[in-house]
Amino acid sequence: MSTAISHAEEVHTHAHDHEHEHHEPNFIQKYIFSEDHKTIAKQYLIMGILWAFIGGSLSIMFRLQLGFPEMQLEWLRPILGSWIDESGKIDKEFYLALVTMHGTIMVFFVLTAGLSGTFSNFLIPLQIGARDMASGFINMLSFWFFFLSSAIMFSSLFIETGPASGGWVIYPPLSALPQAMPGSGLGMTLWLTSMAFFIVSSLMGGINYICTIINLRTRGMTFTKMPLTIWSFFFTAILGLLSFPVLLSAALLLIFDRSFGTSFYLSEIYIQGQALPNVGGSAILYQHLFWFLGHPEVYIVLLPALGMTSEIIATNARKPIFGYRAMIGSLMGITVLAFIVWAHHMFVTGMNPFLGSVFMFLTLIIAVPSAVKAFNYITTLWKGNLIFTPAMLFSIGLVSLFISGGVTGIILGNSALDINLHDTYFVVAHFHLVMGSASFFGLMAGVYHWFPKMFGRMMNKTLGYIHFWATFVGVYAVFFPMHYTGIAGFPRRYYSFTALGNDGQNAFTDLNQFITVAAILTFSSQAIFFFNFVYSIFKGKKATENPWNSNTLEWTTPVDPGHGNWPGEIPAVYRWPYDYSKPGAESDFIPQHIPFSATPESNLPEENEEIAKEKAIESLLAAQNESYNR
Amino acid sequence: MKTEQELLEAQTPRSVNPKIFTMWLFIVSIVMLFAAFTSAYLVRKAEGNWVEFNLPDLFYYSTGVLIASSISMHAALIAAKKDQFNALRLSISITFVLGLLFLVMQYYGWSQLVEMNVYFVGNPSGSFVYVFSGLHGLHLISGLVVLLVALVAAFRLKINAKALTQIKICSTYWHFLDALWVYLFLFLLINN
Repeated sequence: MSTAISHAEEVHTHAHDHEHEHHEPNFIQKYIFSEDHKTIAKQYLIMGILWAFIGGSLSIMFRLQLGFPEMQLEWLRPILGSWIDESGKIDKEFYLALVTMHGTIMVFFVLTAGLSGTFSNFLIPLQIGARDMASGFINMLSFWFFFLSSAIMFSSLFIETGPASGGWVIYPPLSALPQAMPGSGLGMTLWLTSMAFFIVSSLMGGINYICTIINLRTRGMTFTKMPLTIWSFFFTAILGLLSFPVLLSAALLLIFDRSFGTSFYLSEIYIQGQALPNVGGSAILYQHLFWFLGHPEVYIVLLPALGMTSEIIATNARKPIFGYRAMIGSLMGITVLAFIVWAHHMFVTGMNPFLGSVFMFLTLIIAVPSAVKAFNYITTLWKGNLIFTPAMLFSIGLVSLFISGGVTGIILGNSALDINLHDTYFVVAHFHLVMGSASFFGLMAGVYHWFPKMFGRMMNKTLGYIHFWATFVGVYAVFFPMHYTGIAGFPRRYYSFTALGNDGQNAFTDLNQFITVAAILTFSSQAIFFFNFVYSIFKGKKATENPWNSNTLEWTTPVDPGHGNWPGEIPAVYRWPYDYSKPGAESDFIPQHIPFSATPESNLPEENEEIAKEKAIESLLAAQNESYNR
Repeated sequence: MKTEQELLEAQTPRSVNPKIFTMWLFIVSIVMLFAAFTSAYLVRKAEGNWVEFNLPDLFYYSTGVLIASSISMHAALIAAKKDQFNALRLSISITFVLGLLFLVMQYYGWSQLVEMNVYFVGNPSGSFVYVFSGLHGLHLISGLVVLLVALVAAFRLKINAKALTQIKICSTYWHFLDALWVYLFLFLLINN
């Protein structure tokens, strides 16, 4: 790491020589070990999409078991081999592995790396007006650590004892004792190794994002002129920087317990009548450490989606975002609160009940900044001149999911109610709507919106609409019924649940069949997106520089921004990014790089005063250029 | 209303050197790692079943050695600022040797622990001491690598009053590793 810094120093000065000499990078430098933030972003995006299809197909497999427990799954044998047992059903141990890997893949590899990795990398330099990230080399390392981590996690799907099976939270002692279940053996080791590399990758990425946002803004880009996307990436990176090291420490202690026989998490355990030597450990200690990451992780996943939604909704409603500063304040509030609510995941672990009420109180406060965000989205849309691009539809979809999933969060945040609902499908419904689907919709909105800048072509609109409606209706059809089964007591992660059925039959098979069919249809409709994505990269309609008439800086770059993003000088920034439909203005948008002196017809009195400062902003050009040659 | 001067300062790009800033963010992540460990220590200790023992004598001496290395590191930075190359080489070499000596002393400190029948595998109170000192040792090795790179640069005259970034990063990291150990050591002293 530290050598990387000094190495990056050399590489950095190197990169600037490039700008002067301008010789073309070869294929490997350009597409594989690229240090260009745009290429790295695309690498993350493609990896994220591939992981999403893997993670999604795992969920279809366990949905088949839940919806159609009697179904013959022999046709899956070519893929799953002996994980299909002799009676033609999914192996019971493997069912747990499916649930675990679905969670791990979706939370970390799709919605953390695929979402944050893609859009933080792509948008931060473009929207703040920088040539590239603070350190292109560390940025490249970040992606390749992610790739290594992905390769290890992927390989664990194919080992004989199966991948990790203790749930994505890998609670000890199940995860700490290799003999506890097949998935706790090699699969768990690979899981931990993979996650260690993933943490390194996330930290490298996050450090770069923070450093770039603080140090590399163009002249005039003060913090209060930054688009909300940048604010959300900034807070996401801070969350990651503070919480991922804690997961690493939890994982390290777990590794010591697993491989060296220490007793951090293990105490007085009997396996097959034999007492283990471990004495004095505490399994709850692991849960505290894990959820200190685990809860901020929810916001690491969600905040980028919220930031991009703010940007897309303002652009396509042709209205300034309602309450810009309140939006920043609510992001900040969520970031702070994210660190002090972790124990609401642990209401039933035997924690001190008094502590439970403290965490309940803090948890419910999160409703305040969340509601601020929801109201601000709705008031931005209110009486707007709405343009329903696919990106806009996915953003509105996010607002819908954020509200309907968030409301059940208030129920679950109450410790008294949670005791009844803990580990039921009610929880599954809650977090799939508010975190899973909402963030996924943010990811999709981002892809549809910034595709023209990424690949220089447009995605097909009609296919986008079909994709949106299939996904939107599908997501509700899948997750809404889960509230009912959950309230009735149907537990999550169970292979089959017969306690409420007649004569040992599975309970709620009709609802579960409905959910499974809906899940299959929703998952299949993602193929429309995949086709649209791949087809449009090569054959899509050529994009213009600014297809959505948007204000932010990335749309001032050429259709295919080269290395360094702007062929000439980086534009200066004079105004906030949300001057849409300004009274008196000629067009319905005024980009950030247009000075107030050029728009006397629409300036407000206080903005006319800003004209005097434009000289000062322009005079910073020399200093800005000089800093790149340092 | 801000004055124009204040506005200019607020808008001056790159008021901090990005490399040094990156260093600080890296330090933040290490702080969080050890904050998690020491919090885990407190949470676990509060649950009882906790074996008490004295820290090995060598840890006191090694702490002194590490503090001394911080002083010589600071001398190196001052020498670099004044372009005194011989003093720079001498003090940076001393720092490196003291760093190595610290690691050796930590290792023998572990032997003393073993003599006291405190093992890595056993009651968590002992395991934690090994984890603290071991992971700090790993980070110190990374610090020695940074120091070695700076040492080579110093001997090639690449560090001077006009090229201070490298030695600044190196000394910040080294002082941090020093402070980190002092924190861990005091933490263990107070809680043992």
